[in-house]
Amino acid sequence: MSPEIEYEPVIGLEIHVQLSTRTKMFCGCELSFGEPPNTRTCPVCLGLPGTLPRANARAIHFGLMIGLALGCDLAPRSIFHRKNYFYPDLPKGYQISQYDEPLCKGGRLGDVRIHRVHLEEDAAKLIHAGSSGRIHGSDSSVVDFNRGGTPLAEIVTEPDVRSAAQAREWLTLLRTTLRSLGVSDVNMEEGSLRCDANISIRPVGQVALGTKTELKNMNSFRYLERGVNAEIARQEALLRAGEEVVQETLHFDPATERITSLRSKEEAHDYRYFPEPDLVPVATSEAMLAAARDAMPELPAARETRLEALGVSAANARQLAWRTELGDYFEAALAGDGAEAQPLANWVCNELVARVGEDDPATSKVQPAALAKLVALVSEKAVTVNNAKVVLDRLVADGGDPAQIVAAEGLGAMGGGDDALDPIVEAALAANTDAAEKIRSGNMKAIGAIIGHVMRETKGRADGAEVTRIVREKLGV
Amino acid sequence: MTASDLTRLTAVEAVAEIERGDVAPSELFEAYRAAALDEDLNAYLWVAEGPPAQSPPDGAPLAGVPLAVKDLFCTEGVPSQAASKILEGYRPPYTASVVARLAAAGAPLLGKTNQDEFAMGSSNENSAFGPVLNPWDRTRVPGGSSGGSAAAVAAGSAPWALGTDTGGSIRQPAALCGIVGLKPTYGTVSRYGMIAFASSLDQAGPLTRDVSDAALLLRHMVGRDARDSTSVGFPGAVGTPTAERLDGIRLGVPEELVGEGSGVEPGVLAAFNATLELAEELGASVETCRLPHAPHALSAYYVIAPAEASSNLARFDGVRYGLRVEDGGLVGMYTKTRSRGFGAEVKRRIMLGTYSLSSGYYDAYYGRAQRVRTKISADFRAAFENFDFVVTPTSPSVAFELGSKTDDPLAMYLNDFCTVPMSLAGIPAISIPNGLSEGLPTGFQMAGPAFSENRILDAAFALEQAIGFDHSGARSAA
Repeated sequence: MSPEIEYEPVIGLEIHVQLSTRTKMFCGCELSFGEPPNTRTCPVCLGLPGTLPRANARAIHFGLMIGLALGCDLAPRSIFHRKNYFYPDLPKGYQISQYDEPLCKGGRLGDVRIHRVHLEEDAAKLIHAGSSGRIHGSDSSVVDFNRGGTPLAEIVTEPDVRSAAQAREWLTLLRTTLRSLGVSDVNMEEGSLRCDANISIRPVGQVALGTKTELKNMNSFRYLERGVNAEIARQEALLRAGEEVVQETLHFDPATERITSLRSKEEAHDYRYFPEPDLVPVATSEAMLAAARDAMPELPAARETRLEALGVSAANARQLAWRTELGDYFEAALAGDGAEAQPLANWVCNELVARVGEDDPATSKVQPAALAKLVALVSEKAVTVNNAKVVLDRLVADGGDPAQIVAAEGLGAMGGGDDALDPIVEAALAANTDAAEKIRSGNMKAIGAIIGHVMRETKGRADGAEVTRIVREKLGV
Repeated sequence: MTASDLTRLTAVEAVAEIERGDVAPSELFEAYRAAALDEDLNAYLWVAEGPPAQSPPDGAPLAGVPLAVKDLFCTEGVPSQAASKILEGYRPPYTASVVARLAAAGAPLLGKTNQDEFAMGSSNENSAFGPVLNPWDRTRVPGGSSGGSAAAVAAGSAPWALGTDTGGSIRQPAALCGIVGLKPTYGTVSRYGMIAFASSLDQAGPLTRDVSDAALLLRHMVGRDARDSTSVGFPGAVGTPTAERLDGIRLGVPEELVGEGSGVEPGVLAAFNATLELAEELGASVETCRLPHAPHALSAYYVIAPAEASSNLARFDGVRYGLRVEDGGLVGMYTKTRSRGFGAEVKRRIMLGTYSLSSGYYDAYYGRAQRVRTKISADFRAAFENFDFVVTPTSPSVAFELGSKTDDPLAMYLNDFCTVPMSLAGIPAISIPNGLSEGLPTGFQMAGPAFSENRILDAAFALEQAIGFDHSGARSAA
C-alpha cells in the first residue's frame, strides 16, 4: 500500500437500549436500580428448571414505538429465537433474542439508514475478583442476576457512518429521539444505552468494503468518538504497513484508550439460533399498532422542521430539537408575548446555554417569559445587546423581571430619537479630532474610536447604529 | 376395608368411597404410602412422609385421592431431579402448575416416580437412580420414559400418576404395563414447572388404571396457564365417558405404521386385530388409511427433540444449582460437571442436537425435520377428513428384557415408531390395554384431531368395557 492512498472509514452501529418497562422482558420481576444483588429475581429469570418465559407486552409496545420513530417496517409477525452459548451471566445457557424475523426492519434516522430493530433480554452482571478484570484469570467471579432479563431493544444501522464525529452526532440524535419516546433512560454511563461499532476502512472511491472489526465497550459519547478514531487509526496503520485487518471483536479501554483483542475460546461462538419453542410468535395487531401510534410524541426531526418553518435558523432548530429540554424552554418562552422566534432561539442557544451549560434551563432562575421579554426589549432597541447580556446575568443569578432590572440599574438604551445622545457624540468628535478627520476623508473604520468614547460615557446604553447615524450627519458623510 | 382393598379401588371408586364417608382421605393416603414404601420395582424416587397437613376441602372433586408424579415435575421443597445425577437432591422453590392445580382439586402428592433421565428413553433404563422393573415380569422393562409412573399404577402403589409424553413416553409405558395412558393435545396442559426435554413436544398427561380415571384426572389438568404462553384453553370441559357402542365411528389403520414391514410383533398384531374386530362388533367401521410421511416421523423426531434438548439442558452448567465439579477454571468446571452429571443417552442427544443446529447444518437437519413435521400434521388432517380416529398398536412389541436393547440406541428408538407421529402433529392419543401377548400386556392406540379428547375417551371407554382386560397379572407377580 502506498502512503498517498486516502482511506475512508465505513461504520455501522449496534445500539442496545434498556427499555424502561416496569418489569423484565420475560418475567414479572421489577427492573433493578441499584438494589442489593440478587433481590430482583424469580425462578424464571434465574433460569430454574421447568420455568418458561412470557413476553412483556409493554416491551413490545416500546419496540413498536421505536420502529415508528425510526421509520421501520413493522413486522405483522415476528418470532423470538434462542441464541445459545455458555456463560455464567446467562442462566439458561441461551439468550432469548430475535434473529431472522425481527420486530422492525429497515428505516432511517437523519442521514443513517436503519437495518433492523429487535427485542431481547439483557444478561446478568458478572463481578470478577482479582486483577485481570475478566473471567479468565480471575480468582473468583460472582453473578448479580438483578439485571438479567431486563428488556433490550437492539438497533442495528446500515454502514452509513463515515467518521467518528458523525457517529457521535448521530448517536446524540438517536438518544434524543428515544428519550422523547420515553422508552428508555438512554444513559451511556449507566449502561442503559450501549453502542458497539463495526468499523472498516477502504480507499476513497472503492465500493467494496474492507474487513471489519467490532469495537465494544465505549460507554460514553466521548469514548465512542475516541474509540472509533483509535480503531480507524489502527486499521490505517496496518494497511499502510502492508498488513491486513483481521476480523475480530475488540475491546476499548476508556482508561488507557487502548484497543485490545477479545479473541479467546469464549468468543468462538456458533450460536445455534433456532426458534424459541417456549414462546408463541408476536402477532402485531392493528390495536397494538394504533396504541403505538397514539403514544408517539413529536420527534426531534419533525420538531426541527417545524422550528425552521417558524423562522428559526437551521443550526438553532437542530440544537433546540436535539436537546429536548432546550426546545421545550424555547417553546415556553415563545408562547409568551413579544419575542420573535429567531432572536429568541439565538438567545436560548447561545447566551442562555453559555450560562446554564448542560443543565435544563427550566431549572434555572430565568423564567421563559422573562427571557422572552428581554429579547423583546432588545428588538425594540429599549436595551442594547451588551446591556441585555448584563440583564441576563442578573436573571441567572437572582431571577426577576428584565424591565425592572433595566429601570433599576439604568440600563435603558439611549438613541432612537433621544436627544441626550447628540451632545455626547459632539463631545466625542471634539475629543478625537484625528478620528473625525479620517472619517471625513472616507475611512469609516475610524468610527470605532468615536463609538467607544460614546459607550464609555453612556456606560454602554448608547445604540451603536444610532451613534453612527449622528456621526455621519454631523460630519456630512 | 383393608389396605389391600383400598389400593384396589380405581380413583373414581375411591372418590366415591370418600364422598360417601366410607373411607377417610388420610386412610387412603396411608395405604398408598405404605404400598409406595414397600414396592420393590424402583418405581419411586421419593415418597411423602404423610398425608398433607390439611385434608382436602369438602367438595374437592378429587377428594384427597393421592397422586404419584413423575420426577421431572417441579415440586416445592421436594426432590425434583428428572432422574439425573446433575440434579441429584435438587429441591425447587416452586411447584409445577399442573401439580398445583391437581393438589388444589384434592389430589395431594404421594411421591415422585422414577423415569428415564430427562425423559430420554423408552425403557426407564436411563435413570441415574437405576431401572424400574415391569410388575408383570421383573426381568423386563416397564417402558419409558414415564416408567415409574406406569409401574406404580399397574402394581397398585399409586391410584394414578402424572407422566409426560414427548414421543410416546406416556403411551408406551402404559402399554407395556397394561394401564391407560393419555397424551393430550399439545398446549392443553401447562408445561410450567415440567423440566423440559423437547419444548415443542412435551406434554403432561394421566397414567391410570382405566379410562374413567384418565378422564377424571385430565379434567383437572387442562386449562390455560398465564405462565405458559404456549398453553391454550380446553374447549368445554372433559366429560365422563359413558359410551357403550361405537356406531358410526370410522377407524383408520395407517398402512405405513401397521402394514407389512412395519416391525409390529405377531402377538401384538394379533391383539390389535382382535380389538379391531371388537370395534366392528360395537358398530365401528375399520379401513386402511394413509399417513404418507409417517415413516419419516422417527427421523424428524430424532432431529427436533435432541435439538431442543441440547438447548434446554444448557442451563445445567454447575453455576447455580445441582451438581458442580470444580476444575480450576470456568470451562473445566462446565466440562467436568456436565461430563459427570449427564448419562450416556442424554449426552448422545445433546451432541446430536448441537450438531443439527450448527451453522451450515441447520437447514439440512433441523429445517428439513420441521418441514417433515408440517407434512405429518397435514397427513393427519387429511386422514381425519375420512376417519374419526387413527388406530395403531401403541408399541410394536411387548415389554422387552432389561438390557436387551441398551447397546442399540436405534433399536430402542423404534419403540416410538407408532407414537411419535402424533407427538409431532400435537394431537391427542390414548393407549388402552387390549390383551396379552406371551403373557405380557399389549396396547391399543387411538389418536384423534386436536381437542378431541372427549370423543377419544368415550370411544376408549366403550372398547375398554368390551375388552375386559384383566389387570391382575401386575398384582399377582408382586
